[in-house]
Amino acid sequence: MKGLHKSRSILPGFGLSLGFSVAYLGLIVLVPLSAAFLKVSGMTWHEFVSAVASPRVLAAYRISFGASLAAGVVNMVFGLIVAWVLVRYRFPGKKIIDSLVDLPFALPTAVAGIALTALYSRNGWIGRWLLPLGYEVAFTRLGVFVALTFIGLPFVVRTLQPVLIELEPEMEECAASLGANRWQTIIRVILPELAPALLTGFALAFARALGEYGSVVFISGNMPMRTEIVPVLIITKLEQFDYRGATAIAIVMLIASFLLLLLINLLQKWSRRFQAV
Amino acid sequence: MATVVTNTLSTHAPPEAAARATRDPAWARWALITIALLFLGFFLVLPLVIVFAEAFSHGLAGYTSAFRDPDTLAAVRLTLLTAAIAVPANVVFGVAAAWAIAKFNFRGKSILTTLIDLPFAVSPVICGLMYVLVFGRQGWFGPWLIDHNIRIIFAVPGIVLATTFVTFPFVARELIPLMQAQGSDEECAALTLGASGWQTFWRVTVPNIRWGLLYGVILCNARAMGEFGAVSVVSGHIRGVTNTLPLHVEILYNEYNYSGAFAVASFLTILALATLILKSLFEWRHSSNRGAA
Repeated sequence: MKGLHKSRSILPGFGLSLGFSVAYLGLIVLVPLSAAFLKVSGMTWHEFVSAVASPRVLAAYRISFGASLAAGVVNMVFGLIVAWVLVRYRFPGKKIIDSLVDLPFALPTAVAGIALTALYSRNGWIGRWLLPLGYEVAFTRLGVFVALTFIGLPFVVRTLQPVLIELEPEMEECAASLGANRWQTIIRVILPELAPALLTGFALAFARALGEYGSVVFISGNMPMRTEIVPVLIITKLEQFDYRGATAIAIVMLIASFLLLLLINLLQKWSRRFQAV
Repeated sequence: MATVVTNTLSTHAPPEAAARATRDPAWARWALITIALLFLGFFLVLPLVIVFAEAFSHGLAGYTSAFRDPDTLAAVRLTLLTAAIAVPANVVFGVAAAWAIAKFNFRGKSILTTLIDLPFAVSPVICGLMYVLVFGRQGWFGPWLIDHNIRIIFAVPGIVLATTFVTFPFVARELIPLMQAQGSDEECAALTLGASGWQTFWRVTVPNIRWGLLYGVILCNARAMGEFGAVSVVSGHIRGVTNTLPLHVEILYNEYNYSGAFAVASFLTILALATLILKSLFEWRHSSNRGAA
């Protein structure tokens, strides 16, 4: 194998760079990952099922998946609007706002968590206006949703922006010259073109939200069966030294994440094919 | 309306007609801009503002007192130490992986590329859990580590390892597409002219990738200093010993020392804002470079 490559490329360092990368990847990522799978393989099927399908765990899945889904959908809608506004329109402060979109990537999640809790608690800046309307956000499921929306905000915007920039104005002119009004052009021409990127952004935001811990733990109140998300439940199990139970739930979440990663790769291939055509 | 557009376009369309076909009416433009700004205002700007408002709620004296606390200073030191180990380690890995992937063809390349992204798909909490399973008291190396009196979990090495895991892909992800786009013509030229492998790397490759590298380092560093979930699992929360800045924020917050928690949080927020500014500067520089070329 190696000799074959040497003959093709005169560049040195293949063995060194590949060897180091694979060794480092193995030590930092693959060995710990296999530890989790091996821990679970020591459990009987019955033990595994009772660990990952007890009522408290099922409630946590519902909250995690439900809130992540809701946050992903909201981010898809508003992310589309934000990306559209940032690419198509001019207004003062646009560059600053464009940079600010990445804030959830850069801000430590614990900081986001306490800031959102302060805003949405009963006497917080936003919470005190929502309370008379009958909405309580902090320490309820709505709080989980708000935190996950914050965390996922940049994904849809950042995946849509390059696609929107590449979109050719000729297509819209063409649709208009063929008699479509603006609304028809947007629904029939632009949105289908954006669909793969939109779904990729949604999947990325959803995947991130599923694993999120730091921002949710402060605002959710972590009540079992009601506002406890899966990562918090895993930590609770760990603190009770129930390593097997924690690992079994972690494996379920890992498999969900890997499936999402696969889906995202397929979506990206799909959107690249769109762009190539 | 549609017919008017059709007619004007078919007979030597003036530029305004073409523009009208691709532009939204003014009311829609302003409505969308308002919705976007309100959404970002509520979700991004208000959280930023409240961090500083709460941090200074007890005045400047209250703010500075949080930073005179020896536990805060210990947390600052630990956060800096963690980043100082995790970031360079991931830089070396990122450069090596990008060199192998961008410059050579080998079997399993796409698998390697996918595996590099893996840590982004793993919840930070699960990352922490995995290290506990390897190095913890009941883990694979637990008994051996106890015999040799080495502590990894609930100690600094565990924090460094967990941070390295969650920041693992940043540099490699920046460098791989960049080095693939640049190709290896310049390196081949240098080698043909008699440069050694390392000379080629330091004098040709590194100058070519330096902005992408810096960009990756900034993102990697921001995450390394701000990581919470993974570090929280492996740290053990020992005040002044295994507390990083984000964990210190949590401890202060749970002790109802809100102004202290937000003061430390404001420091992390300033770091995040500095990251965003540097990131934007690099992006503008990059796009103006491309425009000039």
